[in-house]
Amino acid sequence: MSLRGRLTIETLPETQRSLGAAEAGGQIDMAAVEALDTAGAWALLQAQKRAEATGHALEIVNLSESHRHLLETVAAAMPEPERRRRTIPGRPDDGLANLGQEVAQGLRGSLTSVGFFGEVVAHLGALVLHPTRLKLTPLVHHMQEAGWNAVPIVSLMGFLIGIVLAFQGSTQLKPFGAEVYVVDLVAISILRELGILLTAIIVAGRSASAFTAAIGSMKMREEIDAMRVLGLDPIDRLVLPRLIALVLLLPALGFIASLAGLLGGGLMAWIDLGITPGMFRTQLLANTDVTHAIIGLVKAPFFAVIIAVIGCHQGMQVSGNAESLGSHTSRSVVQAIFLVIVVDAFFSIFFAVWGL
Amino acid sequence: MPKEVLIEVRGLKNQFGPNVIHEDLDLDIHRGEVLGIVGGSGTGKSVLLRSIVGLQAPRAGSVKVFGTDVRTASKAEMAKVENRWGVMFQDGALFSSLTVRENVEAPMRERTGLDPETRAALADLKIAMVGLPPKARSLYPSELSGGMRKRAGLARALALDPDIVFLDEPTAGLDPIGASEFDALIRNLQTSLGLTVFLVTHDLDTLHATCDRIAVLAERKVLVTGTIRELMEVDHPWVREYFHGPRAHAALLAAEG
Repeated sequence: MSLRGRLTIETLPETQRSLGAAEAGGQIDMAAVEALDTAGAWALLQAQKRAEATGHALEIVNLSESHRHLLETVAAAMPEPERRRRTIPGRPDDGLANLGQEVAQGLRGSLTSVGFFGEVVAHLGALVLHPTRLKLTPLVHHMQEAGWNAVPIVSLMGFLIGIVLAFQGSTQLKPFGAEVYVVDLVAISILRELGILLTAIIVAGRSASAFTAAIGSMKMREEIDAMRVLGLDPIDRLVLPRLIALVLLLPALGFIASLAGLLGGGLMAWIDLGITPGMFRTQLLANTDVTHAIIGLVKAPFFAVIIAVIGCHQGMQVSGNAESLGSHTSRSVVQAIFLVIVVDAFFSIFFAVWGL
Repeated sequence: MPKEVLIEVRGLKNQFGPNVIHEDLDLDIHRGEVLGIVGGSGTGKSVLLRSIVGLQAPRAGSVKVFGTDVRTASKAEMAKVENRWGVMFQDGALFSSLTVRENVEAPMRERTGLDPETRAALADLKIAMVGLPPKARSLYPSELSGGMRKRAGLARALALDPDIVFLDEPTAGLDPIGASEFDALIRNLQTSLGLTVFLVTHDLDTLHATCDRIAVLAERKVLVTGTIRELMEVDHPWVREYFHGPRAHAALLAAEG
């Protein structure tokens, strides 16, 4: 048989079809072939192999010099076929093994988290002994990034939550003629729980992810290793400024969010129930104890530690590729939010048992 | 016989802020040659490469590849051009979430309608041609050494059997043995596949071992082109320094055995 035209990667399917008939052996005349590339050469050699496998000889004749050269190069590089066995993770029959692996991995992960937390605490202790080791510029930078720049979104969120609570509360309390208790409802829920909890969730989304991405990309470009060999401690330089900035500013952010919440609640109460700002203030001062606000703010530094430690730890765990940066960033946000809520639940029980 | 011009750059101007990189830059690349681009740091070798492959929009001038102006071409015209070139970036620029085989398959998956088995077989062929061992096929880029990453990058650039390959510093960061192996590989692939090679390099040994013609970038344009022998005669301070420095002599001695 004779081939003509272009034997290239674009025409590969046609070439393979016409070569199908050549398995019985014989000659392939290449005189009329205009172009040959590695894909075409591969198809020719495959056909030759198949013919040999059935005990026939397939000869390729009338090659031009350059085509012969190409064919030889490809023949020298022909990969031996290997049967690939694909292992698909999550296949139903190894579900038990997967479960075991995941549990072991989870346990190992939480163990390293605890280890990292311990390391951070040790560095914090050393910092208390040598306060001059703290670098002020990065601290102020992170206070601006994670704190000051979050003020608009946090206050808007607080304001809207106040509106929602006041509105929902008023529709529920109206039938009982207890509209005025909307003030207590809004004030206690925002000061004690929602203001600080939702602020922590927003900051976890904003800053935990930013910490992971920043530290993770430094890890990927070996900057962390460079710091280590230069004698700069990555925990001192990268983790502590972020941690201290958040611990200082999360309470402030929570306070701002709570104020905005009271403002939103007061506004809604005024519009919907006709409770004037004056009445709101009197009711607030008379019925809502300041302990509610303190209980709310006490939790803030704990949430800040959770967010900063998880964000930085996930960043430190990033390895070589871009995908790992992405998965660690999302894991850091999910873990930070989850742990904030778990710790908040423990605080609720704790304060309830103490009768506060 | 006039040689067929594959890439024609005319009056190219590139500028970043007040910093003019290229001005009135002209360059021709002929079919089947290995053209080396040399120049001091910051003379815009990589910027020139990026301008030709359309990653960098120049301020002025025209870049024609296979007669298609890459600045004004429609998407369909561009796709045709992109099928015929392959680019190897400095550190390979492999997709880090794909294995080496999947990296080499990626251009085929995108641009041809081949069935998966053929695709994998062709990818394996390309991987073998650039001299990677079979076990490298299923490794991820982060598991490869620098030299292997470069080879894998070359395999991906060759995936569609392009007419032109652009190589950005292919031997930078390789040990001398690896670098001369890579030079031989480029030369060998060039002759057997009939490739045209656009090679940005700092490596004098690579210039001696692979290039048919060399273009020197200086003073914001292509100062001069020619063979190494011709360039050694050029009377320009930078060119003389470059081709007559101690390293150049060592490379020349090595090349002449």
